[in-house]
Amino acid sequence: MIGKADQIFVLLQHWIMGFFPPAWQAVVGILLGVVAILIVFPTLFALSVLLERKGLGRMQNRYGPNRVGPCGILQPVADAVKALIKEDIVPFKADALVHFIAPLVLVVAVFMGFAVLPVGRNMVLVDMDASLLFFFAMGASTELAVFMAGWSSHNKYSLLGAMRAVAQMISYEVPLLMTTVVVVMISGSLSLVKIVEAQNHFSGIFPHWYVFTPWGLAGFVLFLIASMAETNRSPFDLPEGESEIIAGYFTEYSGFKFALFFLGEYVGMLGIAGLGTTLFLGGWAAPFAFLNWVPSWFWFFAKIMLWICFFIWMRGTMPRLRQDQLMNFAWKFMLPMTLINLMVAALWRFVDEAWLRWAVCWIIVIGAYVAMGRMGMRRKRIAPRRYRYAE
Amino acid sequence: MLGEGILKGLAETAKNFAGSYVSKERLTTVQYPEERIPTSESARVFPFLVYDGPDWEAGLRCVACQICEKECPPKCIYIEKSKDKKPDYVGKLQIYPARFDIDVSVCMSCQICVEVCPFEAIKMDVEFELSTDDRFGGLLRNRQHLAKSNEYYHQIHPTEASEVDARLGEEKAKLEAKAKAAAAAAAAKAAAPAAPAAKPAESTPKPAEGTDKQ
Amino acid sequence: MSFAFYLISALTVAGGLAAVLLRNIVHCVLALTVAFAGLALLFLQLDAQFAGFAQILIYIGAVAILVIFAILLTRDPQVSQGKGMFSRTWVTGLLIAAAVFAVMGWAVLASAPALPNETSTPSVTVLQIGDALMSRYILPLEILALLLTAAIIGAVIVAMHEKVRSK
Ligand code: SF4
Ligand code: SF4
Repeated sequence: MIGKADQIFVLLQHWIMGFFPPAWQAVVGILLGVVAILIVFPTLFALSVLLERKGLGRMQNRYGPNRVGPCGILQPVADAVKALIKEDIVPFKADALVHFIAPLVLVVAVFMGFAVLPVGRNMVLVDMDASLLFFFAMGASTELAVFMAGWSSHNKYSLLGAMRAVAQMISYEVPLLMTTVVVVMISGSLSLVKIVEAQNHFSGIFPHWYVFTPWGLAGFVLFLIASMAETNRSPFDLPEGESEIIAGYFTEYSGFKFALFFLGEYVGMLGIAGLGTTLFLGGWAAPFAFLNWVPSWFWFFAKIMLWICFFIWMRGTMPRLRQDQLMNFAWKFMLPMTLINLMVAALWRFVDEAWLRWAVCWIIVIGAYVAMGRMGMRRKRIAPRRYRYAE
Repeated sequence: MLGEGILKGLAETAKNFAGSYVSKERLTTVQYPEERIPTSESARVFPFLVYDGPDWEAGLRCVACQICEKECPPKCIYIEKSKDKKPDYVGKLQIYPARFDIDVSVCMSCQICVEVCPFEAIKMDVEFELSTDDRFGGLLRNRQHLAKSNEYYHQIHPTEASEVDARLGEEKAKLEAKAKAAAAAAAAKAAAPAAPAAKPAESTPKPAEGTDKQ
Repeated sequence: MSFAFYLISALTVAGGLAAVLLRNIVHCVLALTVAFAGLALLFLQLDAQFAGFAQILIYIGAVAILVIFAILLTRDPQVSQGKGMFSRTWVTGLLIAAAVFAVMGWAVLASAPALPNETSTPSVTVLQIGDALMSRYILPLEILALLLTAAIIGAVIVAMHEKVRSK
């Protein structure tokens, strides 16, 4: 049932491992996995940057990059070369050591997350019991890197950007974690491998992905929003707000260190897309039963690229939020919705009758959404703005 | 309902995305090196020196009066007067610029040099591809680079050039009439021969200043 | 007691010392996170995955950030406070620290013989931790939950008060 194409990378790994003495094989196997991650995800990063520039261009009725290589597909290579050979400027007043470490911490933390993502059948670097927790632990470390970058630059814009970024990431980490708790409740495991396996069933031709259940759909949407905020993507890109604080926490970075931040941001996006795919969209599972012959890793990467495309689409559509709107949205909409969703998931777990739980859960989710939306959208009394100190 | 606006927005961007592949009218970008928009007549980028006749060195209208050098706000014009004189376009002996450099990287295209020149000798070009890989020599345009013929001026700014030509022609005619009158007067008086003819010609700069377009 | 253990311990101790000895207070916090990370690694080295990851998630992701916020919002980290590195009440501080260390040391030493002599490290899965939390340790969990709820309500009240006053 499991085809050669599906396992091609696993077989390749075992083949290469065969050249080494048995005592070394485990280490070599892990090293190979690490190298694979370090090749595949930066490549996807280059691809998503290109997609983003092209896609945003088309949404704004422009061409986007089309000069380097056929149709501009070599643009990321040109950008990389440019970043590599640019002068690396460290501000005179900067805290040189922290300034130097910050991008490294960011990139390392972001790449660590991939260690636990199952990118295909039997394709996970470390299959551990608490892999979901591991992913979030690594995600939490990026906050520190962002703060280090902003603080060590000794620049007001950097510090402002870092404070915004950290405040935003902390606020949205709460709903992000809470939405994943729903999946953990239903699947009964913190292991991402088991979570994927729990979704890899079909009734007829349709898959059992969690997104097709009431709590899963709500969780998916909430996760999507929170992940956008967590990766500082538009419309939550206040930390970088070019119009007010230049480039936020990496204002004072240039050359390759800037490229590292850029890489960290996009790879972080890929990572969170991978996590979301794993939790709600069935990970490497095929979308229809009759498509099972397609290699599992293909589905995984296709899904995360779709996810990235959606991020790009959102970026092309939405204006940036204001700081207070951002916080209000996090604490007054996202958090209550995730809490309600937790209750819905509990109901789903403990109500046995199929039709009853479908009906009840849908009603609660939609009702809560409509009610919260009504409350949030209630027209505020808008009066001419008064400036207390200016009068 | 919450989220309705987002969906509408997404639909709008999707429409633009798809539309940009279907209809060419949406893409307003001009792909520059291959396609260009003709520059408008009133475009101005960087000054050049006008010359008349076939030889640029002989025909330069500039008399190195250095007014433009003084007036240029960022001080990017460097002029050296010549020691000798040579005949200008009307055949009168004049000083000419031995060196006339303008720094491309400093010029701000304000056109003030053009406004103040009493001799219609410096005008604005429409050439904008001034970039160079030699950042020291290449950005300092010398007199040879700057010299462009009056025909070229007609080509890029037809209206303005004809006005200037008309004005110069008028002046020349006036001058000739004056010279003729002087000569006639001289002949009539039958006083001192030859010499006086040169005298009135030397004061030509003064009336010319008045014709300067404001 | 492997090589890794000594390496990680050295890292942790160095981080802790740096946190105490550095002049710049933000550097102190960063050094503290190094110590936290070292502790997390120690947990992982003991095969306690849940504790290790929770340590990173909570201490580095939340506590360190909170400390940083507190520092940045209250005073200028550039200005070194006071004259010397030691505060005036260092004797008291030393006494308290010694007392805490003594209690902890006593507890560790006293509990060592009480444990069965296990040769292999027990593998505790997250599932077991969850079960234990929900059955045997339900009371402490509930008390903690109550405490946290009280803290949240307190925070909300503080924030609301601020808003009313600024009107
Ligand atoms: S256009 Fe302005 S800046 Fe340029 S040379 Fe003339 S006076 Fe100077
Ligand atoms: S003002 Fe005119 S004539 Fe005088 S130096 Fe400048 S360009 Fe030459």
